[in-house]
Amino acid sequence: MSEILKKPEAVNLADLKAATLDYTLRLADDSLILGHRLTEWTSNGPFLEEDIAMSNVALDYIGRARMYYGYAAELSVDGKMEDDFAFLRDEREFRNLLINELPRGDFAYSMVRQLFIDVFNSLYLPKLMQSNDQTLAAIAAKGIKETQYHLRRSRDWTLRLGDGTEESHERMQKAINSLWGYTHELFELDSLEQQLTDEGIGVDSTLLRAEWLTQIESILSDATLSRPEDDWVVKGGRTGYHTENLGHLLTEMQFLHRSNSGCEW
Amino acid sequence: MANDSMVLFEVFIRSRRGLDHKHVGSVHAEDSEQALEYARDCYTRRSEGVSIWVVRSEDITASQEDDSESFYDPSDDKPYRHATYYKLPDAVNNM
Repeated sequence: MSEILKKPEAVNLADLKAATLDYTLRLADDSLILGHRLTEWTSNGPFLEEDIAMSNVALDYIGRARMYYGYAAELSVDGKMEDDFAFLRDEREFRNLLINELPRGDFAYSMVRQLFIDVFNSLYLPKLMQSNDQTLAAIAAKGIKETQYHLRRSRDWTLRLGDGTEESHERMQKAINSLWGYTHELFELDSLEQQLTDEGIGVDSTLLRAEWLTQIESILSDATLSRPEDDWVVKGGRTGYHTENLGHLLTEMQFLHRSNSGCEW
Repeated sequence: MANDSMVLFEVFIRSRRGLDHKHVGSVHAEDSEQALEYARDCYTRRSEGVSIWVVRSEDITASQEDDSESFYDPSDDKPYRHATYYKLPDAVNNM
């Protein structure tokens, strides 16, 4: 009798562990893909100081991705390692939000994307810090300090470029308009995230949009830029439906590991 | 390549509490706020500091090499300006 009563609970625990693994991979993929896009500025920055600053931010994201992948490896039941997740999965298996994989564009485009994501992270990570999952909470606690600095930079650049020259203003507004449709996906909640939110592990990002909009609108207005209409939306990252850009990114990022299996450097 | 509108700032870092700020290098930036951020990114990446000062390089008035004779040579024959010049009487133990 007691065996029968115990069993469903055991199944639920395994199920919860699997769900936490999937959730952790989503967060890991977001960090890795954005981090990789930022590394593309290394040696291509507008000037030396900004090149180093941008590379620092990239390293913060890749470091965060490693912590998430490391935890995913702990949760994995088939002995996968962090490199297996980063380098041996294909495009359809990646779960990052689409905004992270879009090509870096010009400097304005990269900065607007950082602003959107930095404000999002500055709201998301404090919630994740309260997760019942202590590892995720600890990663978030480390991440929030980095994010506060990232946001200081991206807000600063938005003000400088938005309220700068005619050309910089134009480039910023163009970047905002072409990224806006990708921001809606940040605030989606599917059944997996709903389940983890109910368990006190995940974050309900739908609750963050109002505050995100308030902050973004205020920064844009200070920078003499305007918020676009919500008239188009692109989604699919969390289900593995990506833009054509992710495949190209993975080709470059995974090449070394795939052609020299298990190499270390 | 730095912009024409960018200015050079000298960066001073205090590595630990109680120590002095030390000159570590310079950065280009649009203004002092940005200079502070770049100084953080360029010079404190390995936890080198607890405090950063940035100063516009043009605001620093420096002594010139040509002045060295009139500036420094006159001290050379005044050893009595050093504490080591004086012999302490044996009765004075600690000073």
